[in-house]
Amino acid sequence: MELTTGWFWLDTLIKVAIVLGLVMGLSLPVIYAEVKLMAHMQNRVGPYYAGGRFGWAQPIADGLKFVQKEDLVPREADSAVFRAAPYVVIMASVATFVVIPFGPGVVGRDLDLGAFYLLAISSIGTLGVLMAGWSSANKYSLVGGLRAAAQLIAYELPLLLAVLAVVIQAGTMSLTGIVEAQGEPLFHIGSIPVSLPYILTGQIVSFVLFIIAMVAELSRIPFDMPIAESELTMGYVTEYSSVRFSMFFLGEYASLIAFSLVVATIFLGGYYVPFVPDVWLNAIGPLVVLGKGALIVFFALWIRSTFPRLREDQLQTMAWRWLIPIALVNVLVISFVKVAL
Amino acid sequence: MSDNERHDNGQKGSGDQKKIRFPFPGLFKGLAFTGKYLFKRPATVFYPDEQEIPVPRARGVIALDPEACTVCMLCARECPDWCIYIEGHKEEQEPEEPGGRVKVRAELDRFDIDYGLCMYCGICVEVCPFDALFWSPEYEYSEHAIVDMLHDKERLTDWLETVPPPPPLESS
Repeated sequence: MELTTGWFWLDTLIKVAIVLGLVMGLSLPVIYAEVKLMAHMQNRVGPYYAGGRFGWAQPIADGLKFVQKEDLVPREADSAVFRAAPYVVIMASVATFVVIPFGPGVVGRDLDLGAFYLLAISSIGTLGVLMAGWSSANKYSLVGGLRAAAQLIAYELPLLLAVLAVVIQAGTMSLTGIVEAQGEPLFHIGSIPVSLPYILTGQIVSFVLFIIAMVAELSRIPFDMPIAESELTMGYVTEYSSVRFSMFFLGEYASLIAFSLVVATIFLGGYYVPFVPDVWLNAIGPLVVLGKGALIVFFALWIRSTFPRLREDQLQTMAWRWLIPIALVNVLVISFVKVAL
Repeated sequence: MSDNERHDNGQKGSGDQKKIRFPFPGLFKGLAFTGKYLFKRPATVFYPDEQEIPVPRARGVIALDPEACTVCMLCARECPDWCIYIEGHKEEQEPEEPGGRVKVRAELDRFDIDYGLCMYCGICVEVCPFDALFWSPEYEYSEHAIVDMLHDKERLTDWLETVPPPPPLESS
């Protein structure tokens, strides 16, 4: 039961506006949280003067600075591909928001293949990264782009298998369906039905796998070999400047937010609040999902400011020798349990 | 599977490949460490608002005692980037009693240190045989124009009053 005004195009326009506003409106606080939390975890202060207090205007100032810079395209670069790559990246991150449910009716489009769509569309971002790496006519960019592709292939599998385990337990691929499946009462205390999110009902291994694979997929710091500034200057974004650079930047944070919301949805119970009717869930659901997502974002930032970068071979070994076998066993166990119960 | 079992498996099956230790305890230790610092006061000193008190032997600026200087040029010659400029002349001193010998005394005309070039190695302070150069912990002498980084004799002498007293001698 999606909320609708009755006109398809008006609906679409409103949804696009909300999603774009959400991506922009959430990215800036996340960027601010990142610099500030990371600074304090590293015994520093971080931005302090911008905006008068606590440096709250620092992300805005950074954004304005990017806009002012010259938009350079290297002479040897494949100009059209080079220019298009950032759009592909940011498009892929924004498109993931389509299927994330914020309430029983507050969802871009409740696809029956929601989980499948999500994994497919988030992989397109890496295509943009590969385009950027190849078209830059720069060795660092090329190596960075190829590393990103190798990383995607390695970590897409555990990510997919972790989602698969959830899909098996829920019996549906629609994200709204997965949230509703988590809302089903598991047992009763007296006459009160108790429902638990999937992280507490047998999906803890999938959760851990998903978090690890998510951080790798976003190429954030313990897994940031595609960027690795100490060996590849800036990887595939080496040659980018100005607005195009800020698009990569924004796309990275948009994906982080999108994936955190997905974790909140499929493992932490999403918008579901017990004993609240659907009409009210549409109002408080978004806040519940965003709150849960914020926890995951915080965890990602915490990981970032703590762990050193993995070497390329360690990164691949971890995926192929540990995560994928564990994920396969996990799927096997979940499906046995599902059939047995 | 417990952590130890996994650890053993990783060691056994690796063969000629690099052994990977199961990383769980260390990961959580790291997270606890950074999490602890999140709630601590950062070590940052908000410089223009509050001032750090430098340690007494900090290498801030070099002070000159012109009375002690004999224009021997040792500091200028030892300076690795040649940022000390010295000029001087000899003055004859009349004997105090008639029939005495005329003494020759070196007079310091110019003693400049170009802090735009200086790398604060302190070799000049070390090499001075007459204790005419001293380290002072003062550090606030940045300028808008690089020519103003050349401190002349008078300015170097002014730094002298910021020089901390020498550490007390060790009692035997």
